[in-house]
Amino acid sequence: MRVSKRATGALAVGMAAALVATGCSSSEGGGGEAGATKDGAITIHGVQPENPLVPANTTETGGGKIIDSLWTGLVEYPNNGGAPQNALADSIETKDSKVFTIKIKKGTKFHDGTEVKAKNFVDAWNWAAYSPNGAANGSFFSDIQGYGDVATEDPDGDGPQKAPTPKVDKMSGLKVVDDQTFEVTLSAPTAVFPTKLGYSAFMPLPDAFFSAKPEEFGKNPIGNGPVKFVSWQDNVEIKLTRFDDYNLRDKLKIKDVTFKLYQSEDAAYADLQGNNLDFMETIPTSALAGEKYKTDLGDRAMSTVTPTTAFIAFPIYDKRFTDPKLRRAVSMSIDRQAISDKIFFGTRKPADSWANPLTPGAPAGNCTACKFDPTQAKQLLQEAGGFQGEMVFYYNADSSHKDWMEAVAQQVKTNLGINARAEGMPTFAVFRQNINAHKMKGLYRAAWQQDYPDIENWVNPLYVKGGSSNDGLYSNPEVDAAAKAASAAPSLEASHQQFAEVLKKVDADVPTIPVYFYGQQSGHSEKIKKLELNNVGELDLSSVEL
Amino acid sequence: MGRYLLRRLLQLVPVFIGTTFMIYALVWAVPGDPFAGKCGERRCPDQYIAFMTDKYHLDQNIFVQYATYMQNLLKGDFGQTFSGRSINDIIATAYPNTLKLAVVALLIEAGIGLTAGVLTGLRRNGFLDNLVLVSTLFLIALPVFVVGFVLQWLFGVQWQLVKPTVSSEMRFSELIIPGFVLGSASMAYIARVARTSIAENRRADYVRTAIAKGLPMRRVVGVHLLRNSLIPVVTLLGTDLGALMGGAIVTEGIFQINGIGRQVYRSIVTKESATVVSIVVVLVLVYLLMNLVVDLLYAALDPRIRYE
Repeated sequence: MRVSKRATGALAVGMAAALVATGCSSSEGGGGEAGATKDGAITIHGVQPENPLVPANTTETGGGKIIDSLWTGLVEYPNNGGAPQNALADSIETKDSKVFTIKIKKGTKFHDGTEVKAKNFVDAWNWAAYSPNGAANGSFFSDIQGYGDVATEDPDGDGPQKAPTPKVDKMSGLKVVDDQTFEVTLSAPTAVFPTKLGYSAFMPLPDAFFSAKPEEFGKNPIGNGPVKFVSWQDNVEIKLTRFDDYNLRDKLKIKDVTFKLYQSEDAAYADLQGNNLDFMETIPTSALAGEKYKTDLGDRAMSTVTPTTAFIAFPIYDKRFTDPKLRRAVSMSIDRQAISDKIFFGTRKPADSWANPLTPGAPAGNCTACKFDPTQAKQLLQEAGGFQGEMVFYYNADSSHKDWMEAVAQQVKTNLGINARAEGMPTFAVFRQNINAHKMKGLYRAAWQQDYPDIENWVNPLYVKGGSSNDGLYSNPEVDAAAKAASAAPSLEASHQQFAEVLKKVDADVPTIPVYFYGQQSGHSEKIKKLELNNVGELDLSSVEL
Repeated sequence: MGRYLLRRLLQLVPVFIGTTFMIYALVWAVPGDPFAGKCGERRCPDQYIAFMTDKYHLDQNIFVQYATYMQNLLKGDFGQTFSGRSINDIIATAYPNTLKLAVVALLIEAGIGLTAGVLTGLRRNGFLDNLVLVSTLFLIALPVFVVGFVLQWLFGVQWQLVKPTVSSEMRFSELIIPGFVLGSASMAYIARVARTSIAENRRADYVRTAIAKGLPMRRVVGVHLLRNSLIPVVTLLGTDLGALMGGAIVTEGIFQINGIGRQVYRSIVTKESATVVSIVVVLVLVYLLMNLVVDLLYAALDPRIRYE
């Protein structure tokens, strides 16, 4: 999963609905001139990647965007939000959702000219999972049989003892059959496994990776995607160019792509206004106020939705918040529509379901606790025996969360008569440190963007005991059991149905409060005549025409 | 002179060690786990934290860490960031940009500031004097980010005369507006200090003597008056150059210049302690040397000041 530098939320690769740019449809100008497009170059907004560009080590959006264009995975997530499709994979077959036979297309190449073979996947995954390599995305391989043998845990957490060196460095569940085929055995049936394969942690690595140091490789990465790496000037720009030997679907129409690495969003926005920047994914909040960006950019402004939800989470380890009735009361006292209209000018939509509705398998409108009903909320609060003391709503003050969090606190105060207020923590890092350590003394904001497009990703990490982002320590044995069964369902359809049932149980407990669904406001230059955004709102480079 | 220089250079050693240790201790005392926000809305995997802690000796005490750091520093190695980039490279790429911007800013502020100061100092209470008085007041009152955004918007977005931000080539012509923004406040101060100083010395005996001798006005002002009036201005310019070379976080941010100020800011925000310490060490050195140069310049300007 990736985190945005602006810390607006937890971000990852995922999927969303159709994101055809407003005012950029192909009917307008017929998609541009073929000549201008063919040798065309564009400059798009980027952020300095925190780490060298190694897929299994990239957890933030700055590097993630570049990794996404440098690599092509086994499956891809279509721009229109449909089910994942095979990209590099020729076929992914399974009878029991436990053993998968993966065949890859013949004749695709890495940027250094070597062929992409089955062993490039197996070696890359083994490298990422092997704990002494310290890959930040290592835990993505925990589904695979033998993960426990290559990734050892620190016996005393952060204490003085160190994790023992694993006995083996290869997972027993991975087997190369021939150059184009490999077999993956999972430790338990997981219906959603093929969907996960589009996430950047699962990208193949060329042989050159294993003979170089990862840091060195990451400064001059060799991928297998539609563009190849040219140069990287720290904090200034990363240059990429079309890979002419690329033979999969998303071949580029333009030639050169430069990611200009900005520190300040306002500088980027000034460049966008001055046509000195061709695409900016997220227009800064300062330009959103009063819909200023619409006047500034005219028909160069675009508005879309992304599969991200903002939550307010309960620290359930604090005994004041253990009563589900109290949690439901707080949730029902929040007027989400007013927050959406007054604070976000309608750019973010009031949340009414547990999993973001843009996710495959996610039922819409299944959050009964998301209804605004102050009368029922008051009654529930009474049944719960009221709330003693001060209810604090925490947020990280280094990003624009103050306004809406204060609005929420004010609504709770007015509608429930609880002494509520909002308080900012100075930085995202300090904020997360307290959350990770389970030291929060009140409710806190959170955001979730799926790692991969499936309802499963909105349940297991968030509401199952031990889930990677279940920071409030919510635990309901019924939910755990049902989620486990749903994960192991024989087919994806069955799995989706069962997860929908799990969310009904979650709805009864209200472990967090969904508040709003994110929207995205982007802008492009006059030069770009046609473009599409992908499932998570990033620019689809292959669609760009000048 | 030679002995004075040597003494000053030797004084730099304890100051250098003292400041670097203080910075090192302060930076590492900043609360917060460097890996807390690195993995988004979930904890970083233990294997990642263990690997990084081990690689960067984060489990050792501060004295051991400082000693290791100084050892490497003396060999000319500033170390690595958490992502494995060499800090030497970061400084080597960012510093020339900061220097370029500093020089442009200094030229602009000295050029415009001194001219305005001399003209108004010679003709006090005229129209020009009042105009400069009002406009410098205006420049001093405006925060630098306001000047920056307004000029960027006017020249870059509205009239499209220049690119709103500076490109990676850092051409001189692109730096004029950022340099003006960066130097604007100091320019106002220089104009005012120069004006006062000139106006005061204008009535001095030696000026009257020079005029009485029948020297041309250009020589009276250019040689006798200006040289004696420059001492406060040089002090101002010297300290300002030190400050400019320390990077300009706001201006570099507005105009997208990859300078040292942006690097420090970025490193503080991302808790890249090693980078913060290394850059500040370089800045300490620059400051110390700049102060020395200013002191030596005094002697050159005013023969009455001698260093034994």
